[in-house]
Amino acid sequence: MVGSENLSFIGSLALIFISAAFTDNVLLARFLGMCSCLGVSKKVDTSTGLGVAVIFVTASTAALNFLVYKYILIPLGLEYLRLITFIIVIAAFVQFVEMVVERFSPKLYNALGIFLPLITVNCAILGISLFMLNKPYNFVQAFFFGLGGGFGWFLAIILIGGIREKIKESALPKGLAGPGITLIIIGIMSLAFVGFSGMIKI
Amino acid sequence: MSNKPSIVFIKGLWNENPVFRQVLGICSTLAVTNLLANTLFMCFGVIFVTALSNFTISLIRNYIPKRTRMIVQVLIIASFVMIVDIIIKALAPEIHRFIGPYVGLIITNCIIMGRAEAFASQNKPVISLVDGLACGCGYSLILIAIACIREPLGFGTILGYTLPAKELWWHQWTIMVMPPGAFFMLASFTWFTRSLTAPKSETK
Repeated sequence: MVGSENLSFIGSLALIFISAAFTDNVLLARFLGMCSCLGVSKKVDTSTGLGVAVIFVTASTAALNFLVYKYILIPLGLEYLRLITFIIVIAAFVQFVEMVVERFSPKLYNALGIFLPLITVNCAILGISLFMLNKPYNFVQAFFFGLGGGFGWFLAIILIGGIREKIKESALPKGLAGPGITLIIIGIMSLAFVGFSGMIKI
Repeated sequence: MSNKPSIVFIKGLWNENPVFRQVLGICSTLAVTNLLANTLFMCFGVIFVTALSNFTISLIRNYIPKRTRMIVQVLIIASFVMIVDIIIKALAPEIHRFIGPYVGLIITNCIIMGRAEAFASQNKPVISLVDGLACGCGYSLILIAIACIREPLGFGTILGYTLPAKELWWHQWTIMVMPPGAFFMLASFTWFTRSLTAPKSETK
């Protein structure tokens, strides 16, 4: 009995991960993190760096914010303070990670360092924490929701970075070059990701 | 560089329009524009927050230490967003359920941080208020324009009212209310307005 319960719990984690990453992709279906995506996705390596940093921070802050919301804000009846609390948690976490990475791994810091401050104002992070509140998740599920959401963003920004590297040389109409063409690429990718919806129903 | 209120206003509204000129604040532009009613509430929120946070930040600009200015700005913006969140929840609970998370995301809307950093931290309070209002209005202009196209094409309604003689000519264009429609609309808007004003930007 216990075994089958564990199995279904792990199954639900996998479902949450896949649905957060594909059917409910933060960038392509929820439109979050567009600004930094348009700014950074010019090359594949910078996109990868930012993407990895986002996966790490979304997963950790989703779990942290879940704990803060459930064990501090709800008992005190302070739900309306959630926006300000979440943004402080995220900003503090990013600052903390930056200090730890700088201290213990200068190499990683050089690779990741410039992306960390960008993350505080990335709406994908705050967005995932806010969407998590609408769902009846427990702690581990909230962590996987953040992980999946971050992974979906990572996937999308790498794909966009790859396509943008290729079209850099092409001749485009003047008004379309830059953000215009990028938005059209994202639109076409988002069409493809719409195909995933219906695959999973939660 | 003139700092007359009218010039600052026009600049924020058109020449330096946050959405298609500076490409800021895209996230919420796309997410709420499938219904005009949602869009109007979102615009109200953004105008309110940009104007007042610009004003407040400018008032205390000489007292904010340089190193911690980001966090101070975020906290000021977050307090105004909370006010908006509570107001919308009280006035329109139905709409709040749908756009709630996106209202919270006004905090990380880059327009607001961008204006606070670029304008309010160097200028006097009143002119910053005008600048915030202008940027909010410029943002709303684009949002409302996009919503006015997406809602009729996707749902056959405008502000919830059915279009006249709908069954005769209208055919549902589902993609318009789904995410890809938003991306394509914004792309064509950017293309259109950028080619209209292209010569000006080259002389800059």
